[in-house]
Amino acid sequence: MDDNSFDKNGKAGRERRKRNIALALALGGLVILFYLMSIVQWHGNTSQ
Amino acid sequence: MAVIDDTLSYARVTTVGDFFALLKPRVMSLVVFTGLAGIVVAPGHVHPLTAFTALLCIALAAGASGALNMAYDADIDGVMSRTATRPIPLGHIARGDALAFGWTISAMSVAIMWLFVNALAAGLLAFTVFFYVVVYTLGLKRRTPQNIVIGGLAGALPPAIGWAAVTGSLSLPPLVLVAIIFMWTPPHFWALSLWRCEDYARAGVPMLPVVKGKPTTRRHIFVYALLLAPLGVLPAFIGLGGLLYLVLSATMGFWMLLEAFATLRERDEEREPAAKRLFGVSLLYIFVPFTALIVEHLLHLPSLWM
Repeated sequence: MDDNSFDKNGKAGRERRKRNIALALALGGLVILFYLMSIVQWHGNTSQ
Repeated sequence: MAVIDDTLSYARVTTVGDFFALLKPRVMSLVVFTGLAGIVVAPGHVHPLTAFTALLCIALAAGASGALNMAYDADIDGVMSRTATRPIPLGHIARGDALAFGWTISAMSVAIMWLFVNALAAGLLAFTVFFYVVVYTLGLKRRTPQNIVIGGLAGALPPAIGWAAVTGSLSLPPLVLVAIIFMWTPPHFWALSLWRCEDYARAGVPMLPVVKGKPTTRRHIFVYALLLAPLGVLPAFIGLGGLLYLVLSATMGFWMLLEAFATLRERDEEREPAAKRLFGVSLLYIFVPFTALIVEHLLHLPSLWM
């Protein structure tokens, strides 16, 4: 499919948008998890 | 024949639901549950966020293994009625995309486990993915009727991974839990294969009823159920389970044995009602005793021994 003719408001466009949101949420969740786990590990190392 | 040609033009955009289905969510939930049991019953303390991370990694690795299994088995999935509606045979997802998705998440889950939990848990997780994908899916599944016996080790390891995530080591108790799931796997899948026998034969998968016939499979199921019953109560005698676990695991073991005996004597080879009942009871067999273990440990109920 020609990217220029891609219908952003059609069903395919909506599904792509949902996919992008899911990917963004998953990556955002991982960033938060990495941040929190870094704090947990840092706290564990400094309290020993 | 299944649609696995990557050059095929797909009629619809791959959805989030397609990727979710690729993770085999029902199998994943069972794996997460047994992994949770390993974490809860392990001695010592671990930060709740570390336990959550370990569980997340187990879930991700299980899902990724499922995706890789679907990618490598897309040809036979398309032939079998049970699996024909999976995303790859339906043409909803390209095989190459599923492979990239599966291997990426596998590597990510092992790396996160190594970074934030410990090396042993990460090593066991990597071994589990390798064993399920390479040894079982690519090696054993299409070659031998012992495929699910040996391959069952991959599905049995999550309690050991959970235990290792907390303690950083392995000992007898988690290995007994692994042995229980390992011994449970053959009768569970052979019961399924009894009424899906034609499906497996059409796909060329050498499941036991296809290769050795249904009477031999029934005998094998009964022998495994016979061995599983005493093995299932063993945690109560090594300091892992209490009275609640002993009662529930003994009851479930006896129930499974009864259904295995009914399957042994079954003559309705078309509908296989006893095998279907056995399949249902086998799901409960894992769920009920492992829930008892988790409850006992969360409520600090005393174990029977030691």
